[in-house]
Amino acid sequence: MSGLLARHRNIIDFALSSLLRRKAKNISLLAVYTLIVIIIASCMLFINALKQEAAAVLKDAPDMVVQKMVAGRHDLMPVSRGEVIGGITGVRGVTARLWGYYYDAVTRANYTLTVSDGGQPAPGSIYIGSAIARLTGFSQGDLMPLRTYKGESKLLQVVRVLPAEAEIVSADLIVLSEKDFRELFNFPAGFATDLAVSAGNPLELATIAAKIVHQFPDTRPIMKSEMLRTYDSIFDWRGGMIVVMFAVAVLAFIIFAWDKASGLSAEERREIGILKSIGWETADVLLLKFWEGAIISLTAFLCGATVAYCHVFFFSASLFEHALKGWAVLYPQFRLAPSINAYQLTILFFLTVVPYTAATIIPSWRSATVDPDSSMR
Amino acid sequence: MIELCAITKSFAVGLPYQLTAVRDVSLVIEQGQFVVIKGPSGSGKTTLLTLIGCMARPTSGRIMLRGLPHPGLPGSADSAEVEITSLPERFLTAIRRATFGFIFQHFNLVRGITVLENVMLPAYPTGEPYELFRSRALQLLELFSISRHAATPVDRLSGGETQRVAIARALINNPKVIIADEPTAHLDSGLSSEFMEILSTFQAQGKTVLIASHDPLVYESSIPDMVVQMRDGAITGITRQQ
Repeated sequence: MSGLLARHRNIIDFALSSLLRRKAKNISLLAVYTLIVIIIASCMLFINALKQEAAAVLKDAPDMVVQKMVAGRHDLMPVSRGEVIGGITGVRGVTARLWGYYYDAVTRANYTLTVSDGGQPAPGSIYIGSAIARLTGFSQGDLMPLRTYKGESKLLQVVRVLPAEAEIVSADLIVLSEKDFRELFNFPAGFATDLAVSAGNPLELATIAAKIVHQFPDTRPIMKSEMLRTYDSIFDWRGGMIVVMFAVAVLAFIIFAWDKASGLSAEERREIGILKSIGWETADVLLLKFWEGAIISLTAFLCGATVAYCHVFFFSASLFEHALKGWAVLYPQFRLAPSINAYQLTILFFLTVVPYTAATIIPSWRSATVDPDSSMR
Repeated sequence: MIELCAITKSFAVGLPYQLTAVRDVSLVIEQGQFVVIKGPSGSGKTTLLTLIGCMARPTSGRIMLRGLPHPGLPGSADSAEVEITSLPERFLTAIRRATFGFIFQHFNLVRGITVLENVMLPAYPTGEPYELFRSRALQLLELFSISRHAATPVDRLSGGETQRVAIARALINNPKVIIADEPTAHLDSGLSSEFMEILSTFQAQGKTVLIASHDPLVYESSIPDMVVQMRDGAITGITRQQ
């Protein structure tokens, strides 16, 4: 056993010194390899973090949202229906929600305006998302003009800039009072955008939804699970952009490994011949090549995964900004919650280390099986 | 003892360009003998050495080793007689590693690594503790007065120093038989004589020395016990010296 360990240790020792004598070649190889691992690992970590972010966003979402429909389109919801729905067995509470979109021609950006259920600002004052603050330059205490439905300017004082955490959803948000919201859009009293319904038992949601539709056939109940699915597909769409990058990186890696696998230099073949002639077995040569490949690929894997982790979680995945900034002028600047998934790391390991190490061994195996007497000639 | 019985080695057997490099060679080499195989280029000297050194298998005939180490063979003591021509590669390699030390015509050192690493190279896969074979390698470098070059890459050595590194490497696993193929082909007369002197000290230690050479400085030297003359793959004469 100790002999076996010593054999491995000795061969690793020689593999290291063998790699070091081609410093320039191996360092550039390691750099390219690490770069590819960084891209692949960043994609994996980023997609996963986005999904987790989406789940966190919807954690506090209502169990069900009920919208009124007219000709298949979303219409204003009479608040009075909330009292009827509140009377359905199993419903714990109903909240009328006021929210809408506002296009700012100056910044050419869309904002989401909402009236918060609790802790809403006083009339005349607003909270704004951090991306709006960045884009417009408004900060706490400034007066922000919004154009009303009549085209007049309404000045609202910024009393708070929303924290940058979870900016992916709060970036374009303006929170204002009910009075200001109704004045801005001429939103009729007694109507809301939709109703948020909470149930005592989530298993009863489907029954409650059926009862609501029965009572009000022109409504559409949307359950949290459906919203989760929608959000998931949105994030997956963003993820989908990244999957393209991911595919390109994997392709680059395959070309890289193929190039490595396509053959050995005359110098490397000569060395294998020497090793065999001085008493190395084919298995010893393959072990040496395995360790050479493993040293390069493991180093690239560890460096690449570490840099990708910092890139995604400490530098907000700056390489992927364009995929994130796809749909609006407002660019979220958020930090994803750091997380490591063992399953993902294992996949990454098998995607990078194993193919490269195999690609190193295969051409060596072809050379190592030559007769040792070839080096005598 | 190494015994060759009717050894023939052909290449590209069955093809129109089949070549027979060694024909029906029978020879007995006693332990501790200094043997020179001489002959012109293409006479089969190198092929014969590769067959004896377990680097290749003969097309026909048998090679027997007696009183030489043959590790890994189940149920056989080192003193037992072993017929090596039919052994699988794994056993041939084990015997080659433990029994033979090779000095090649171009020395075949691995470029880019140090003198010390080159000398230790045959010992790496043996499973022996690193410190043990490292200290043995340093002793060998000391013996050949090249210890000051231990950390020097072999590419920077002179011809004589390269030769000594190659000899030190051949000795690292303490082999019973030293095989050298045209070792003086690239050396001047002074270095060639020095080389022969070094090899004669191994013989004095009980090692068998086998050299293939067409250099008169080697085969006309008074050191060899036996000179085997080869031509066209066959032995044409054997001279024994007292």
